[in-house]
Amino acid sequence: MATVEERAESGGRRVSEQLLKTFFREMLLIRRFEEKVEERFRAGELPGFLHVAIGQEAVATGVCAALERDDVIASTHRAHGHAIAKGTSVERIMAELYGKLEGCSHGYGGSMHLYDVEVGNLGANAVVAGGIPGIVGAALAFLMRGEPRVAVAFFGDGATNTGTFHESLNLAQLWKVPAIFVLENNGWAESTPATQQLPLPVDELARRALAYGMKTIEADGQDVEAVYLAALAAREHAAAGKGPVLLHLRTYRLTGHYVGDPQVYRDRAELKGERETKDPVELLRARLQLTDEGLAAIDAQVTAEVEASVEFAKAGTDPSPEDAAKYVYA
Amino acid sequence: MPELTYREAVRDALARALREDESVFLMGEDIAEMGGSMAVTQGLLAEFGPKRIRNTPISEIAIVGSGIGAAIQGMRPVVEIMYEDFLTLSMEQLVNQAAKHRTMSGGQVTVPLTIRTQGGAGWSPGAQHAQQLEAWFVHVPGLKVVFASTPEDARGLLWSSIYDDNPVVFFEHRTLYPLKGDVPDRLEPIPLGKARVHREGEDVTVVATGRLVHEALKAAEEAGTEGISVEVVDPRTLQPLDEETIVASVRKTTRCVTAHEAVVRGGFGAELAAVIQHGAFDWLDAPIERVGAKFAPLPFAPAMEQWVVPHAEDVLEAIRRTVARG
Ligand SMILES: Cc1ncc(C[n+]2csc(CCOP(=O)(O)OP(=O)(O)O)c2C)c(N)n1
Ligand SMILES: [Mg+2]
Repeated sequence: MATVEERAESGGRRVSEQLLKTFFREMLLIRRFEEKVEERFRAGELPGFLHVAIGQEAVATGVCAALERDDVIASTHRAHGHAIAKGTSVERIMAELYGKLEGCSHGYGGSMHLYDVEVGNLGANAVVAGGIPGIVGAALAFLMRGEPRVAVAFFGDGATNTGTFHESLNLAQLWKVPAIFVLENNGWAESTPATQQLPLPVDELARRALAYGMKTIEADGQDVEAVYLAALAAREHAAAGKGPVLLHLRTYRLTGHYVGDPQVYRDRAELKGERETKDPVELLRARLQLTDEGLAAIDAQVTAEVEASVEFAKAGTDPSPEDAAKYVYA
Repeated sequence: MPELTYREAVRDALARALREDESVFLMGEDIAEMGGSMAVTQGLLAEFGPKRIRNTPISEIAIVGSGIGAAIQGMRPVVEIMYEDFLTLSMEQLVNQAAKHRTMSGGQVTVPLTIRTQGGAGWSPGAQHAQQLEAWFVHVPGLKVVFASTPEDARGLLWSSIYDDNPVVFFEHRTLYPLKGDVPDRLEPIPLGKARVHREGEDVTVVATGRLVHEALKAAEEAGTEGISVEVVDPRTLQPLDEETIVASVRKTTRCVTAHEAVVRGGFGAELAAVIQHGAFDWLDAPIERVGAKFAPLPFAPAMEQWVVPHAEDVLEAIRRTVARG
């Protein structure tokens, strides 16, 4: 089969130490935010249910760093990292999880429906693959109006089994819209491993885009630099009018599917091994050769930011019951 | 009589059918190792193996569609759609294929398929994880629609659904899974199309489905303390509908409230009201009151969610309104 995969390194670019440190800070912020969310959920303070993306921080940070402010994203049920990386403050996300009016969706959305249109977050989606077609449409609007913007859909390996995904990729390629499809491949759909949901090897999932003649770019989803460079290349391609790109990032879900998931289906030793060798925050820390003090200083900052977000959220305003009917129609 | 939870009752019907009949098998997302997202199918993989407890990819249209195909070939598949919100994705196969093969083929084809799904609010899942869409399916000739509200009903009705030769959409309510109830040792199939009178009364009939059956029973208790005698009827199957029992009840009480968690507008209560006004027109002493969710997608924040969905107090107020008409 003709290979159209392109390794990120082929761009021949390098990422400055300074930028990598910025990435590190953001990834650690996402990590600490989600750990706090788990803690507050277990304490019974957060309604509903939650999915964290611990282990997948490099995807959110690397992809969103490659985007322009005007570019838009659609996120998934595992949304916190995407939202933070696209520019929503942790305060407003935390307030959303507490169901407050100050939240980024004003208490209407919750964890799986984080919106922030001002920074280009068109919304997280609780329906698997639900956001993908809308990204094709957003990209179509950019194309029709000649705007130099791209539209980006995040989704998981499980989502590639939906008709929604396949129809969207076909249409996007047919019309050559400036879209990037970010396949965040953690090898699991809830409790279902790749072997029970994919008839092809998990690492070769990008092949699905080949059926549509779509350009694919792949990178190690645990390596933020690789993700960033790959996303830059994808953006360049899409924005240049050359058509959409499937950006395949192999990553690892280092926690349960949802907060509280006992993961009865998961091999403990394997998970332990992944935690030890695949943690993107640890990998970047090693790469940057951060000293304990250096790490502690950054950690203290982001931890304080997260703590402040909880205070902000708790001090927020509860919607009144009748507000429920406020936004049913425009 | 052993006590089972609603969840165990559903599982019991599935396990017995699987044990008894090789043509029965399950398909759905995360139903194997994890035992389903609501833990209904827990333990079934161990007993029946992966050939019959089939974990599927996230492919709602193919899950239902392949269920239809296998059913036509003489299997009795029971497929699970994790949340009824995702049944919207299966709609084409259900509405255009499953419901119509029998008629389109001039009676050559039967589709003995059961589609289990669940939904329901009260736990802040947000707008895409708690809808109550049962009325949509009642509108489609060729489908049967079941909504069980107690453990005994869940087991007996699921059994009948599996052995019905038509496609049956079987709704479970998320908040009822832990509910306990006595269930006979012997599995008694409950025929589709038979309502259950949960409580007899003289003044008002509440026709309720799903979670609202329990809210109606609470409201009836409370109304009793106010001197209002309430009869509570659960149709249990929305299609076919036991019009006879429902109409007879309203002819006796002369007043009626319908109650479900789904939105009022275009909800199953509208169909009930039409059937009742036609069958009991000369007996009615008050307009039929409809209780259901307000006309809004379900918001996340608990205060707003609670406001949207109906509770026992809403049923009680509706009961009082019918009585106030004299
Ligand atoms: C259409 C649809 N079917 C099923 C679900 C239930 N569900 C939520 S997340 C999930 C697994 C998604 O897997 P993947 O796309 O790989 O994303 P990940 O959870 O791994 O991030 C499932 C089955 C859903 N939300 N929407
Ligand atoms: Mg996945």
